[in-house]
Amino acid sequence: MYLRDLITLTSSSFLTYRMRSFLTGLGIAIGIAAVILLTSIGEGLHQFMLAEFSQFGTNIISVQPGKTQTQGGNVGIFGSSRPLTLEDADALRRLPYVEYVIPGLVGNAEVRYEGRTRRTMVLGEGRDFGKAFTMKVQSGSFWTDEDNEQARAQAVIGSKIQQEMYGGRNPLGSWLRIGGQRYRVVGVMESKGQILGMDMDDAVFIPAARAMELLNRPGLMEVNVSYRADVPADTVIRLIKGRMTERHGREDFTIISQEQALEVLSSVLDIITFAVAALGGISLLVGAVGILTIMTMAVTERTAEIGLLRALGAREKQVLTLFLSEAMILSALGGLLGLIIGVGISQGLHLLFPALPVHTPWLYAVLAELTAITIGLAAGVAPAMRAARLDPVEALHAE
Amino acid sequence: MIELQNVCRTFTVGDQQVAALRDIDLKLDAGEYISIMGPSGSGKSTMLNMLGLLDRPSSGNYLLDGGNVTDLNDEQQARVRREKIGFVFQSFHLVPRLTAAQNVELPMILASIPAEERKARVQVLMQNYGLSDRADHKPDQLSGGQRQRVAIARATVMNPTVLLADEPTGNLDRNTGWEVLKLLEGLLEKGITLVVVTHDAEIGARAQRQIHMLDGRIVSDERRAK
Repeated sequence: MYLRDLITLTSSSFLTYRMRSFLTGLGIAIGIAAVILLTSIGEGLHQFMLAEFSQFGTNIISVQPGKTQTQGGNVGIFGSSRPLTLEDADALRRLPYVEYVIPGLVGNAEVRYEGRTRRTMVLGEGRDFGKAFTMKVQSGSFWTDEDNEQARAQAVIGSKIQQEMYGGRNPLGSWLRIGGQRYRVVGVMESKGQILGMDMDDAVFIPAARAMELLNRPGLMEVNVSYRADVPADTVIRLIKGRMTERHGREDFTIISQEQALEVLSSVLDIITFAVAALGGISLLVGAVGILTIMTMAVTERTAEIGLLRALGAREKQVLTLFLSEAMILSALGGLLGLIIGVGISQGLHLLFPALPVHTPWLYAVLAELTAITIGLAAGVAPAMRAARLDPVEALHAE
Repeated sequence: MIELQNVCRTFTVGDQQVAALRDIDLKLDAGEYISIMGPSGSGKSTMLNMLGLLDRPSSGNYLLDGGNVTDLNDEQQARVRREKIGFVFQSFHLVPRLTAAQNVELPMILASIPAEERKARVQVLMQNYGLSDRADHKPDQLSGGQRQRVAIARATVMNPTVLLADEPTGNLDRNTGWEVLKLLEGLLEKGITLVVVTHDAEIGARAQRQIHMLDGRIVSDERRAK
C-alpha cells in the first residue's frame, strides 16, 4: 500500500466523524499547548535571568575581602581579614590568562555643578572598566592613569547625571565637584538602566584610589578579574587563589566566579522548566486515553469493514498499519493544533504583558510534536492489534 | 482447479463441538458455474468461506491451481485472496465513507497498484457496469442494484479466477436480482469460475452444476447438460 493511499484512507474516517475526531485531537492539543506554554514561559524566564546576570559581561571573576565561612569557637584573630588593596590588584594583573583587572568600591557622595547638587552613587573603578564590562562610553573615554595613589582627579559620569546636572550640555572638560573635590569630566557612559536594582546611569565613576580617599575606606570592596574566554574559569580561580594566599598569608578572601554562579542558576532554572513540562505531560496522558477510547470504538464500529478488507486480500499487517496510522495522524494533527494554540497563547501573553519573558525553543516544539505522534502510536497499538487479529469470517458477519 | 480433500470444519460452541463441514470432497473445474444450495445451517456459507480462504479447515486439504494452500501463512493467503478470489456478499459490504469508485479501487490499493493504472481500470469497469455517472456517489446515495454492481466491479477488478457470491440477490427485489445475476453470469464468458450460494431454488437451477448440502455434507452434486 502506498503512503498516499494510506493517508487518503485514514483521513476519510476523520472526515466522516469530524466532531468526534476534532474532540479527540483537542485532548492532545490541550496537552501539547500546556507543555508549550509552560516551557515557553520557563525558558523565557531562564533567558531573562541569564541576560540579567551576564549583562555586566562574561568571563569575570570577582575577589572580595573576607572569607565566607562558619567556624567553631571564637573567630579571634582568624576572623579579621586584611583589606584588598590596589597592590593586590596589580599583583593579579601580572597573572597569566588575565586580561583586565578592575579594582572597585561603591559609595555615596554629593556632586555639584554650577549651583546644582545631587546625591549619587560613586563607583571607584579601574581604568579598564569600559573594556572588561559590557558598558560603553558614549563620549570621551576612561582615564588612562595607572590604578595607584597618583591617579588624577578625573571622572566619567552616567547619562542621568549628564541630564540632571548639565541639562544635556556637553560636560566633557568641565569641572565637577564630587564630595568637595574637583574632578575633570573625561567621559559620559551610555545609558544602561538598572542592573540588579542599581541604577548605573545615576552614578559617577572615578579612579578607585581616589574613591578610597573620598569615601574614607581602608580597602577595596572587590577586585574584578576578566580572563581570556578560551581558558576555563577553574584554572584562573586556582591562579588567583594562589597569588592572593601568597600575598595575604592565608585565605582571607572570597572568589566568586560568574561562570559558576551562572551554572547553578542555569541548573535550577532547568529543573523548573522540566517540572513544568512534566505537569503538561499529565494532560498529554489524558489526551492519550482519549485516543485509546476513540480507536477502540472505531475498531468495534468498523468490524465488518475489517472483515471486508481481509476478504479483499488485506494482510493482518495492513489492517494494523491502517489503524495505527489513524491513531498517529489523529494525535499528530492534535499536536499541531496544540503547537499553534500554545505558541499563540504565549505570544499573546507576551503582547499583553511585555514584561513577561516568553521564548519557545524550536527543539521543544519538535519534541512536543514527536511526543504527540508517539502517544498516538502507543495508544493505537492495542486497538490496532485487536483489529488485525479479528477472525475475518466473524468480522464479516458483525453488524 | 479447486480441490477440497476430506475437508472438515468444526466449531466449538460453548463446550460442544459443532461440525459445519464433514468430509467434503469436491473438485471444481475452471470456468464452471456452480450453485450451492441448502437450508440455513447446512454449511454452505462455511463452504464458501473455505473456498475463499477466509476460513481454514480443521482437517483435510485445499488445493488451488494444483498447489496446497491449506498451510499458507496469513500473508500468503492474503495474496491468494487478492489475486485469485473475488467476493460478492448479500449485504454488499461497501465501505460507507468511500465513493463508489474508491470502493472499486480498494483491492488495488491493498495490492499497491500505481494510481494511474487503478484509475484507468476503475473507469473501464464503471463504464461496463453502467455506473459511470455514479462514480463519485457514496454507497448510501446508490440503489441496492447499483450497490451490488459496485460490489461486483470491486470483486472483479483484480481479474480473479474464482468469484464467490454469497446470496448475491438476497437483499434485492426480484427484477434487480435478475439483473445482478445476469451480470455475474456474463463473467463466465471471460472464463471465470462462478460459485453462487443461495437458498433460492430458481436461482440455483440456472447453474450448470448444482450442489445440495445438508448438515455439513454434500447430498447431491448434479451437472446439467448444456
